[in-house]
Amino acid sequence: MVTTTDATFPKLIARNAKLHPGKVAIRHKDLGIWQSWNWQEVEIEIRYLACGLARHGLKRDMNLAIVGNNRPRLYWSMAAAQSLGAIPVPIYQDAVADEIEYVLNNAEISHAIVEDQEQVDKLLEILPKTSALKHIYYDDTRGLKNYRESVLIEYNDLRAIGEDYDSKNKTFFDDEINKNKSSDNSIILYTSGTTGKPKGVCLSHSAWISAATADIKFDQLSDSDSILSYLPMAWVGDHLFSYAQAIVAGFTVNCPESSDTVMADLREIGPTYYFAPPRIFEDLLTQVMIRMEDASHLKKQLFEYSLKIGKNFGADIMDGKPVSISNRLLYGSCNLIFFRPLLNVLGLSRVRVAYTAGAAIGPDLFEFYRSIGINLKQLYGQTETVAHVCKQADGDIKNDSVGKPMKGVNIKVDGNGEILVKSPSMLAEYYKNPTATDEALTSDGFFKTGDAGFIDANGHLKIIDRSKDIGRLNDGTMFAPQFLENKLKFFPYIKEAVCFGDKKDTVCAFINIDLEAVGNWAEKKGLAYAGYIELTAKAEIYDLISECIMNVNSELEKEPELANSRISRFLVLHKELDADDEELTRSRKVRRAFVAKKYAPLIEALFSGAKECSITTEVKFEDGRSGTISANVLIKDSQ
Amino acid sequence: MLNPILQVQNVSLSFGGVNALKDISFSAEHKSILAIIGPNGAGKSSLLNVINGVYKPQQGKVIFKDKSWDQVVPFEAARSGIARTFQNIALFKGMSVLENILTGRSLKMRSGLLSSAFYIGPCKREEVAHREAVEHIIDFLQIQHIRKTPVGRLPYGLQKRVELARALAAEPDLLLLDEPMAGMNVEEKEDMSRFVLDVNEEYGTSVILIEHDMGVVMDISDKIVVLDYGKKIGEGTPVQIKNNQKVIDAYLGVTD
Repeated sequence: MVTTTDATFPKLIARNAKLHPGKVAIRHKDLGIWQSWNWQEVEIEIRYLACGLARHGLKRDMNLAIVGNNRPRLYWSMAAAQSLGAIPVPIYQDAVADEIEYVLNNAEISHAIVEDQEQVDKLLEILPKTSALKHIYYDDTRGLKNYRESVLIEYNDLRAIGEDYDSKNKTFFDDEINKNKSSDNSIILYTSGTTGKPKGVCLSHSAWISAATADIKFDQLSDSDSILSYLPMAWVGDHLFSYAQAIVAGFTVNCPESSDTVMADLREIGPTYYFAPPRIFEDLLTQVMIRMEDASHLKKQLFEYSLKIGKNFGADIMDGKPVSISNRLLYGSCNLIFFRPLLNVLGLSRVRVAYTAGAAIGPDLFEFYRSIGINLKQLYGQTETVAHVCKQADGDIKNDSVGKPMKGVNIKVDGNGEILVKSPSMLAEYYKNPTATDEALTSDGFFKTGDAGFIDANGHLKIIDRSKDIGRLNDGTMFAPQFLENKLKFFPYIKEAVCFGDKKDTVCAFINIDLEAVGNWAEKKGLAYAGYIELTAKAEIYDLISECIMNVNSELEKEPELANSRISRFLVLHKELDADDEELTRSRKVRRAFVAKKYAPLIEALFSGAKECSITTEVKFEDGRSGTISANVLIKDSQ
Repeated sequence: MLNPILQVQNVSLSFGGVNALKDISFSAEHKSILAIIGPNGAGKSSLLNVINGVYKPQQGKVIFKDKSWDQVVPFEAARSGIARTFQNIALFKGMSVLENILTGRSLKMRSGLLSSAFYIGPCKREEVAHREAVEHIIDFLQIQHIRKTPVGRLPYGLQKRVELARALAAEPDLLLLDEPMAGMNVEEKEDMSRFVLDVNEEYGTSVILIEHDMGVVMDISDKIVVLDYGKKIGEGTPVQIKNNQKVIDAYLGVTD
């Protein structure tokens, strides 16, 4: 029997296979059909894979790179490595070759399991620049038929080698599993890092398992829940939800057919447990709004009325607060004719608990989902704390806080307003980087989160911004860029925003329009445009964005401390900020310093009062080639 | 050494007094990609139409898989293993992507009217097998996300891809692509080129394509045939064509 003190993921999988052998552990849509594997089958897959890897020389304390979209075989690869005491290192599937090269060399990767040709091509490109890489295994054979490189092996062949090895060494696999300790490293997650090179965060089995166990208790998750796993496997959130919690609770993980089919797959699966960064919730809402704009007058009115009712009573009813019978009836009828069908279309009608994290969520966005009946809650954490610091409890939701600390988690705020965390679910160290480890931890063992915030009178943690980003205007007003940007990003037309104002007289902003929403709007207005650049330069678009900014500025009046940091001038960027151009991190956070440097002439023009500014920027295409685009960017004052 | 999969021998085609093709001969090897290029009106599409039997040449013949024909109708060409896409997309706009691709299997369907109407026995098995074949193509061309979308609602680039999918559904030995990348942006062209190469490598399908983008043509073809005013003015590997004076003249013009 597995006790919590010596629990490791391979042992928990064996437990699941024994307790619920026939229960579906994981599904994947392939050739249009959902294929499923039960826990017993999963255990066998992992056993053969581990034996195959062992046969090919993967040993205890070596690292196994895993690159690709969420696939059952890649999740099994993680468990297979862990079974041998080796450490899986998932890498963002959209990382370009340079980024992967850094991780491969840093982690001295000798074995890699990847999804398809795209990833194989990247690794083959890196191959001459890394001495350790000896074996690349691939899952999807498409396009790889004529590759002759000797390092390449098909996943199925590796599995067959493992099956053969297992049949001759019956006890090998179980012996290896029993050598594992719960304090062993279970995974290295590379943080994308808004500054500098990525750092490998080493996390133990016990860190994950204790966090997952607490989470499961907190939300009464059980083996009957199911989740759609579509977020990058290299992201802490996916690992916590789709791996750690799924294995500890024994619930079903569903892998979408491809990254483009997520919305359709969501509808087919109807998960009971849902996790998405604010960006996804924003996209969903944008889509709903776009479709509503095309709806008939009557439907639009019904939509607006229902939203009003939802906003007034929805969240209160969900939180069990007193609401009069007549209002309950009103909400009930809106629910019947509007909210339920909407949730059904979005694929969220069975969702019991939903979480968002990774960035601050706009209060209006948050309220929208709660008002239509989704129990959406926020959680707070970072890779170094396995995303397990604070969570909002059912019925105790405040949209501007991230909830109370979880049991066993200690939080304090230091003199500079930075949040410090200490818990059993924390990083062991940064991989081969003692300097960074020392910098990140205080002398008494607290982790420095780098976020500025405070704990309010009710014990809820409130996050303001990244502590290093908070600045002051010349008149002394506090300038919290993310706070402003989040308000801007709530408008469906604005995809991304970057505000500048530290040590300046006023605040100015870069705006990235949302092509889908603005394109739709332009179509309605009969505006002709040839492409993104032309659209961004239209006077009508500037007027549209100007209205959004005016709204944000008037909302700012309500926050006395920030009222003076209203946005005085803005421009609409001629290109989308992109992770391939290093302007965003892989988890799509703005790399502020990099953007400021890259677009320095634009910032100068903003603050100098110029009416326009021409700029040429380099762009990288998905295949790694680069080109330049130039544009004349207009600048507009805002009210 | 196999004979070429397709030999075009001394083909001439005229419409009234207009000579569309004059004494054209060339051959396409097994599992190769051959590009036909030339200025507008050079006779490229006419040549494709001769190959799959839409036009009947006045002179010359086409030998496909060692079988000569000078009297062929398009469905016979299709049955013997030639599939094509069109310059102007020719899909059923109101039908879904899946249904459109399934129509590409029609030559392989054997069930009679009666068993199809009642969906019994062998018919059901056949349907499942065809659907599976289509799903493999959907997977291959990465169009899972539009499986059930009506074709008319898709952007141009994706419609082109669906048309390729339908042609592939017939499991052809020779694929004729008439300007598969016309009107596409750089990224779409790259995707399409990748797919054409993958089809060629994965299924061993021979490909004859008409294309105007020289970058694409030089990148993916094994052999290029150049037409101008219905005459063949060059034939060879991309490197040979690049250095062929006649071709340069035809494309860039000659100073008198």
